[in-house]
Amino acid sequence: MSMTMVWMIVAMGLVTYIPRLLPLVMLNTENWPAWARRMLTRVPYAVLGALILPGILTVGDNVWFAVASGGTAAVLAYFGAPLIVVVGAAIGVLGVVQMVF
Amino acid sequence: MKTFSGGVTALGVTAAERAGDPATQTKHLKKGLTDGLPIAIGYMPVAITFGLIAGATGLSVGEAVLMSMLVFAGAAQYMSLSMIAVGAGAVEVVLATFIVNLRHLLMSASIHEKAETGTKAQRAVYAFGMTDEVFAVASTKQAPLRSFYIIGVAAAAYGSWVGFTGAGYYMGAFLPVVVQESMAIALYALFIALLVPSIRKEGRMVVILAGMGGLFHSVLALWMSTGWAIMFATVLAVAGYEVMERLLGFGKGEESELADIDYEEEERKEAESSCR
Repeated sequence: MSMTMVWMIVAMGLVTYIPRLLPLVMLNTENWPAWARRMLTRVPYAVLGALILPGILTVGDNVWFAVASGGTAAVLAYFGAPLIVVVGAAIGVLGVVQMVF
Repeated sequence: MKTFSGGVTALGVTAAERAGDPATQTKHLKKGLTDGLPIAIGYMPVAITFGLIAGATGLSVGEAVLMSMLVFAGAAQYMSLSMIAVGAGAVEVVLATFIVNLRHLLMSASIHEKAETGTKAQRAVYAFGMTDEVFAVASTKQAPLRSFYIIGVAAAAYGSWVGFTGAGYYMGAFLPVVVQESMAIALYALFIALLVPSIRKEGRMVVILAGMGGLFHSVLALWMSTGWAIMFATVLAVAGYEVMERLLGFGKGEESELADIDYEEEERKEAESSCR
């Protein structure tokens, strides 16, 4: 292992860890106004949307393959299937669609 | 949710629980590990590919695995490989890593709102594992989030990430291409699986927020890198929703006021349960 590389990796680790750590050990939201705290609790949904789109459209050879697979996941999730089943089915559908078309 | 162990006081708080009752902690840890399993599966192809490309870029297996162990951030690690490949300096790589991962600031702050207080050490441990996916799984759970639950989710994800980086370095192509390609959908399927039940529970708020998040990310991605685009898209969506709610009241002003009260009620319950 080259020492430069090792130090670079250590520094990469630090600059990744610090933003993940700071809010959890230093943030005190107790006296924040209700709207600010409300906004923080809404972050997950906005993040999920941003994580799904537009990335999912780049999976597979064709946009419609991702739509079919993602759609399957959405339907299963809607009817309360466990996470693992939803993920497995999405993989299966994409695999089949890629092979057939 | 809560198990009462011997010597329960009127408030249900025992010294053992305040210090962290091991049996309860183990239960939450196991639940977290189970819920982390879909992430572990989703990380598999991503980590294998990372190991493979790391080898092709000229990293030793030790360097590749060390990076997965210490950094634990997919997008940043991929980016570093492409930068190393074109001969970028270490400082540039570190700076780019910082910028790409700055978005986790927002995620940790959001988790902070829902998680039980826990000890500083516990928070320091799960903060390390706060990837997009771990955040997504933990944050869509009912409050209060247990420290050991988040640690469990993170541990399952981490094990897969580090393990398959090493595996990928050596056996890269051991999965057929079709399977590798199909598994690329896994993480997106996971995000969908987390989002959809929230729609059932919380209604159109989730749809609007997620829709705005996706839309803003798609637009911002035209100008900026993924890390910034996700962060700005999130801020814009959350702030935009708040403004819309206040200006339009989504029809009725009274309703949003009611929502405020509900929210505070929820807060109070949360506070109570995390005191227990």
